[in-house]
Amino acid sequence: MGFLLAIGVLVVLIVWAIAQYNRLVTLRNQVQNGWKQIDVQLKRRHDLIPNLVNTVKGYMEYEQDTLNKVIQARNAATTASGVADSAAKENALTGALGKLFALAENYPNLKANENVKQLQEELSSTENKIGFARQFFNDIATKFNIAQQVFPSNIIARMFGFQPSELFEVTEAGERAVPNVDLSLKK
Amino acid sequence: MPLTPRNVYEQQAYNRRLTVVVLAGFVLFVGFLGFGLDVFLLGFGPGSEEGMGFPFPIATVVAMSIAGVSATRSALNGDVSVLASATAVPVSDNDPKYRQLLNIVDEMSIASGLPRPKVYSVPDPDPNAFATGRDPAHASLAVTEGLVERLNREELQAVVAHEMGHIRNYDIRLMTVVAALIGTVLLITEFGTRMLRFGGVRGGSGGKRDSKGGGGGLGILMVFWVIALILAPIISQLLAMAVSRQREFLADSSGAELTRNPLALASALQKITDADDPTKAIKKGTAHLCIADPLGRSANEREGFIADLLATHPPIEKRITLLKAMAYQHA
Repeated sequence: MGFLLAIGVLVVLIVWAIAQYNRLVTLRNQVQNGWKQIDVQLKRRHDLIPNLVNTVKGYMEYEQDTLNKVIQARNAATTASGVADSAAKENALTGALGKLFALAENYPNLKANENVKQLQEELSSTENKIGFARQFFNDIATKFNIAQQVFPSNIIARMFGFQPSELFEVTEAGERAVPNVDLSLKK
Repeated sequence: MPLTPRNVYEQQAYNRRLTVVVLAGFVLFVGFLGFGLDVFLLGFGPGSEEGMGFPFPIATVVAMSIAGVSATRSALNGDVSVLASATAVPVSDNDPKYRQLLNIVDEMSIASGLPRPKVYSVPDPDPNAFATGRDPAHASLAVTEGLVERLNREELQAVVAHEMGHIRNYDIRLMTVVAALIGTVLLITEFGTRMLRFGGVRGGSGGKRDSKGGGGGLGILMVFWVIALILAPIISQLLAMAVSRQREFLADSSGAELTRNPLALASALQKITDADDPTKAIKKGTAHLCIADPLGRSANEREGFIADLLATHPPIEKRITLLKAMAYQHA
């Protein structure tokens, strides 16, 4: 009787451990997938920026400095590696772009240009997508990290060496410089 | 119902709980109706020699399967007929007029982590929107031309987020279950009232009741059952509307969670209600999937007990108040 009971408890424990392990693996894959989504949008943003700069160059000849900064920030961002590095360089780029859009307000011809309007919609949509992909990534990564920290799933996480995921965070300075990205609306 | 200010997550948990409670009540109600039909009219009750002689709820199971099959069939192809009846046309990827809308839909599908639904436009000047499709992988989202024209980018995003909320919460599937329950009720009522009218009461009552003890309790139960049977069509409608309203609140808060901008949805709802022509293109059967009642029924605008019971949508004022509470702005 005692033997059967011991086997029963063991089976329940093993089934539970498998379920926990699978849950952690699923979450880890979702986190990786979430990161890829951000990556896709970042790449799209990097592709759009040279277009934008070329289109506005003619109108904004006195703003060479700002345009160069955007290009530099963009080139730096394309070479970033890892979550934290990427977050920092993308923030710098967002700041430079924000300045460019703010300056563009002074050029009525530029604002009326159909091409520029379209590019601006594409770019602000891409900014939004980055923001939302980030929001999704951070939500799912937080879920993954919590699952590794709470009892009793932390035991399984420790046993199989799960590592907590980094969050895609925004620094204070970067946040202030951005007029058209809602990155900070966490509740 | 007093308005308790809740944040986005509390509101979602609250509406999910309420849906479960209402649905459980609905299932119990259907079970009671079917049980009564079995016991009182068909004589399959406990201890009866007729029929199978054991309490197997044959009428309930049959009615539920018929209604379930027909509701599932309509749900599987429902999106096609709903879109066709609303005269919705697919939006092409290169249409500059809808470029922004498509961008917004992309943004919201990223925010929700769901595949991008197919996008349709409805040639109607009244602002409205709806979602359909049996699951997130087969979802469609339709907006009227009036909506695209009247709302700004943030408001449009909020409306799309509300519809993505319906998709993410599997509301189309839920309303299919509700339709199946209503169908079951209608079948049982139809059958039951017919049998009552043509004197079909046998088995559980009559001579048998005298021969057994405790028949009085069963008799009182039967009176209750007959009353329930007569009121069943109304009661099931009311329960369905209650579920629908909870899902609207839930989609509002899901949308707010996606955009993290509840005030944009509040101002979109205000604009939609200010243009209060009925949306002619959208028919009655689709009403519960729209952002606002397309029929422009006064019940959805008025507050009060009766209006609350009869509407597919909660009063817009109440929705706006709750959204403002989610943005920590107390009206």
